[in-house]
Amino acid sequence: MKLRIMDKTFVYLTGLAVLIILALLFTILGNIVANGWTRISWEFLSANPREGMTEGGIFPAIFGTALLVLLMSIFVVPLGVLVAIYFSEYANRTSMLYRWSRSAVDNLAGVPSIVFGLFGLGFFVQWVGRGVDKAFFGGHLAFGQPALIWAALTMAVLTLPVVIVSVEEALRAVPQSFREASYALGATKSQTTFRVVLPDAVSGVLTGGILAVSRGAGEVAPILFVGAAYFLPHLPSKLNDQFMELGYHIFVLTTQSPDVEATKPLLYATVLVLLGLTFLLNVVAIVVRARLRVLSGAAR
Amino acid sequence: MSTSGTGATMANQFPLLKTEVKAQSAPALASADAKMSLDCLDAYYGKRLAVDKVTMPFREKLITAIIGPSGCGKTTLLRTLNRMNDSIPGFRVEGKVLLDGNDIYHSKTDVIGLRRRVGMVFQQPNPFPKSIFDNVAFGMRINGLVKDHSVLVERVEQALRHAALWDVVKDRLQKSAMMLSGGEQQRLCIARALAVQPEVLLMDEPASALDPISTAKIEELMVELKKDYTIVIVTHNMQQAARVSDFTAFLLNGHLIECCPTPQLFTTPGDPRTEAYITGRFG
Repeated sequence: MKLRIMDKTFVYLTGLAVLIILALLFTILGNIVANGWTRISWEFLSANPREGMTEGGIFPAIFGTALLVLLMSIFVVPLGVLVAIYFSEYANRTSMLYRWSRSAVDNLAGVPSIVFGLFGLGFFVQWVGRGVDKAFFGGHLAFGQPALIWAALTMAVLTLPVVIVSVEEALRAVPQSFREASYALGATKSQTTFRVVLPDAVSGVLTGGILAVSRGAGEVAPILFVGAAYFLPHLPSKLNDQFMELGYHIFVLTTQSPDVEATKPLLYATVLVLLGLTFLLNVVAIVVRARLRVLSGAAR
Repeated sequence: MSTSGTGATMANQFPLLKTEVKAQSAPALASADAKMSLDCLDAYYGKRLAVDKVTMPFREKLITAIIGPSGCGKTTLLRTLNRMNDSIPGFRVEGKVLLDGNDIYHSKTDVIGLRRRVGMVFQQPNPFPKSIFDNVAFGMRINGLVKDHSVLVERVEQALRHAALWDVVKDRLQKSAMMLSGGEQQRLCIARALAVQPEVLLMDEPASALDPISTAKIEELMVELKKDYTIVIVTHNMQQAARVSDFTAFLLNGHLIECCPTPQLFTTPGDPRTEAYITGRFG
C-alpha cells in the first residue's frame, strides 16, 4: 500500500516538473510575442535605428547578423567536414592523435562563449590582425582591429563542435557495404570518401551547417570585443568593417539606451525577430534532415 | 528447392543431394589452366587462423563454388582473392595468391589495379543511392577509364545487357537504383562490377538475400557469364553449387577437405566429412 502511494506520487512529480517547464516556456514566449508583435512592421525590418535607438528599425542588425553567419559558415563547414571525415574514415580509434583531438573537440564544446570572445580578441585581432597589417599594410591599421572577419572566425571556432558532431554522425550512418562496393570497383579511399560516403551524408552536412548558424546567430558574448558595433551609419561592405548584430543590438537596447522606457517596445520586437529567425533555422534543419532521409532511405 | 535453376532438360541424379542438375561433361582436371590459384594459403585475424594451408586452383572461364558450414572461412578465402580484407586491422596472410602466375600479395602489387581485374558481388545487394546509370558508370568514372561520354553510355548499356537487366531499366536509367527490387538490385551490382571489364568475378552468396525466382535468374546469369569470366562463388546452398558450378571446394574449419569437379563431389565424395555435410548431417 505504501509502495503504491509512493509510485503514484512519483508519477505526479514527473508530470509536475514537465508542467513547470511548459509554463516557463509559454510565459517567456507569450510575453515576448504579446509585447513585440505590435511593433513589428515592414519599416521596423527595413529601416535604420533613429532618435538614439528609440525609433526606426533594425535592418542593419539583421543584415550584419546574416553576413556574420554566412561568413562563419564559409569557414566552419569545410573545416568541420574535414575533421569529421578524419574522425570517421581515417583515424585509428586507438591512436593518441585520435584520442587527444577527440577530447579537444568535446572540451571545445564546453568552453564558455565569453572565453571565445577573449580568444578572438587576443588571437585573431591582436595577433593575426596586427601581423597582417605589418606584413601587407606597412603597419597601418587595417585588420588589427575588431572586424567582421574576426568575428566570423571567432564564431566559427565556437560552432566547430556542432558541425563536427553532426557530420560525423551522418558519416557513421553510411552503410559499410557502400564503402566495400566502392573499394571492390577499384576506388581509392579518398574517392570512396568523396564520391560515395560524403554524398550520402549530405543531410548531416546541411543540418550541421544550419545548427551552427542558429547557434551562432544567438550568441553575443563571442563578438563583444571582436567586431560588433553599438551603432553604424553604414552597412558593412568590407571584411575589416565593423557591423551591427541582432543579439548585440538587444544587449545595447537593454543596457546602453539613454531612455530605457522608450526603447522597451523596440527591444521586445527585436527579441521576437531574433527568436523567429533561430526558430525558423531549426525548423529548416529538421525538415531538410527528414526529407533527405526519406529520399535516400526509400528502398534501403 | 528441388528443381533446377538453370533450366536444364534431362539431368543427372545426384543421389546424395536429392536434386537434379544439368548434365555437363566434367571438365578435365589436368588440361584446364588456372586463372587464379591459392598456394598454401594461411589467413589470420590477429592470432586466429581462419584459412589453414589451402592450395587450390580457380580455372579460367569456369565456375568454382566454395561450400561449407558457417564460419568455415569460405568468405575469408574469397576476400583474399581481391584483397578486400586488407583494411581489417590484424588481418594477414601467409602463402601465395596467384593471378596469372603473379602473387597478388606481393608488396609491389597495385591493389587498385587488382580490384579492377577481380570484381566482386556481395551477399546483400548494395547499389549506391544514386541513379541506375551512375551506379554502372561509377567504376569507369573513378578509374578515369572512359573519357568520352558516348563511350560511357555505350559501356553502361553493354554492362546492363550482360547482366540481363537492360530491358528492365532502359527507360529509367536516371531513376534511383533504390527503386529496383532486391533481385534487380543484385543484377545491377553485377552490371556495375562487369562495367570495369574484370577478368574474374567473385560472388559472396549472391542470392542468399533473394527470393527463388530472383535466385534462378542470378544462376542463369552466372552460367551465361562464364563464357567471358572466371567466376568464384561462395554459397551455403549446396543445390546452388551443384546447379551452377564446374568445380566445388568443400571447406571445414579453415581446411580444404576436397576440391574436385562438381558432379564428382556430389556423387562420390572422397572424404567422409564431405559426404556427411552434403547429406545434411551437420552444418
